[in-house]
Amino acid sequence: MSNIFLNINNISKSYGDIQALKDINFSVDEGELFGLIGPDGAGKTTLIRILITMLLPSTGDASINGLDVVKDFKKLRHLIGYMPGTFSLYEDLTVEENLKFFATIFNAKIKDNYHLIKDIYQQIEPFKDRRAGNLSGGMKQKLALSCALIHKPDILFLDEPTTGIDAVSRVELWDMLKKLKEQNLTIIVSTPYMDEAELCDKVAFMQKGEVMEINTPHQIVEDYDTPIYAIKGDSFYNLLLALRKMELTRTAFPFGESIHLTTYEEFNENELNKIICDYSNQKTETKRIKANIEDCFMAKMLKNK
Amino acid sequence: MIVEQNPIRDKIMAEKTNDSKYVVSVKDLTKKFGSFTAVNKISFDVTKGEIFGFLGANGAGKTTAIKMLIGLSKPSSGTAIVAGYDVIKNPEKVKYKIGYMSQKFSLYDDLKVFENIRLYAGIYGIPSKEIKSKINNLIEELGMEDMRNKLVGDLPLGWKQKLAFAVAMVHDPPIVFLDEPTSGVDPITRRQFWEMIYKASEKGITVFITTHYLDEAEYCTRASIMVDGVIEALDTPTKLKENLGVKSMQEVFVKLARG
Repeated sequence: MSNIFLNINNISKSYGDIQALKDINFSVDEGELFGLIGPDGAGKTTLIRILITMLLPSTGDASINGLDVVKDFKKLRHLIGYMPGTFSLYEDLTVEENLKFFATIFNAKIKDNYHLIKDIYQQIEPFKDRRAGNLSGGMKQKLALSCALIHKPDILFLDEPTTGIDAVSRVELWDMLKKLKEQNLTIIVSTPYMDEAELCDKVAFMQKGEVMEINTPHQIVEDYDTPIYAIKGDSFYNLLLALRKMELTRTAFPFGESIHLTTYEEFNENELNKIICDYSNQKTETKRIKANIEDCFMAKMLKNK
Repeated sequence: MIVEQNPIRDKIMAEKTNDSKYVVSVKDLTKKFGSFTAVNKISFDVTKGEIFGFLGANGAGKTTAIKMLIGLSKPSSGTAIVAGYDVIKNPEKVKYKIGYMSQKFSLYDDLKVFENIRLYAGIYGIPSKEIKSKINNLIEELGMEDMRNKLVGDLPLGWKQKLAFAVAMVHDPPIVFLDEPTSGVDPITRRQFWEMIYKASEKGITVFITTHYLDEAEYCTRASIMVDGVIEALDTPTKLKENLGVKSMQEVFVKLARG
């Protein structure tokens, strides 16, 4: 049923001595929402820039819908929509002028593709005569997304669309992506927020130019096999320091209001709680939990060290 | 050296910060740009050693408020006392007394570890005869002895961040402002950074922090949420959650931030 739409073979990229990407291999199916998850310096932007034909790989090749990202770059650019991490529209053009400009350079007409951007563009249409430079962050993003879609691309690349954006706007953006996915658009999105991985069909965990893992978020969580517990206590920092010193501890990291503890062997919740309570000299609460995506990412990071 | 002959600095460094229990005390602080009120009569106090989370949606007025607190922007009305000084009357003194670290940490990649410390120690007016021992102590405290002569650009991110935080406090300020310090940082380094914040707070340093990671809001002693120029809520994470009947700071934020 699934068709491979994007295919990456052994892509590496070096800048002088620095290897930004190391032998990347994966494919993305048509209509898939695919996440590149990783911190700054993981190579997400470099990979995206190679795929959108803006940067040449040092070695390896990649194709989108059968078209090579190096040889067929001219044809490919019509199939690709791209929203960079920094706002790159014309600040001294109005909202409407920007949209017209991007439609025109792709030989597209706004009215032909309006249905694609309707939900998003309608929210900024009341400000269509305002200069893009005077829009709020959220509105700028909606305009940038509209401009990236106006030529009806088959595949959309978004480079860290939620970085520096507040939690409410992040939710809004992901809602927009979900809707776009319904139109069978293939979407590649990069993010440093681990929780957003759960909103993707499939993700690649990236770190220091390498892909550490590729899978569905569900499967990644299922595959996690280390015993993990959420611990709460009266004195958070002291509890953390105590857990770090305990012999049963593999890792102990703060996670919101509790500490996630991984251990070398499986414990009964109550027994473990008693041990921790006695050792840390405070009232504690211990629950056996299921790992979340961030736990999984951290486990991969530690394994790769 | 120019810093050696700076009378304002000498005077400020010699003064003792007053021993009020509040490190930040804000009353009706307001900033208007023309007819637009970016910050509208906000009032709050921050106690010594607190980890104070300053949250809000983009455009809510956080950055404008912080700029006033660190002496970079003059309030339209209201008062703010930061580290013992009035930000309206003595913005320069405030700057000497506080630490500040932005998301793109302000270290120089092409200077060595010890050179970065020396530079900031000088900027903050530490007398040159004390700088040498300051550098040694700091490097030892950070466990960076074998990295002393390395270029900062060659350090792994975690170390860079550790150093940037230490450098922001090189002049022993009573309060340090951290503006999205963990943005784009990997999940392990992000947590290690928070452990440094705890340590600083245990030593009595007040930490004033902004973040978009709402799990981090749970680690704060108290957090405020700014909406459209006003502080909509301010309390401990536990109370904020209780009051709204929700389970996480993420939910608190989503409920409040858009009214």
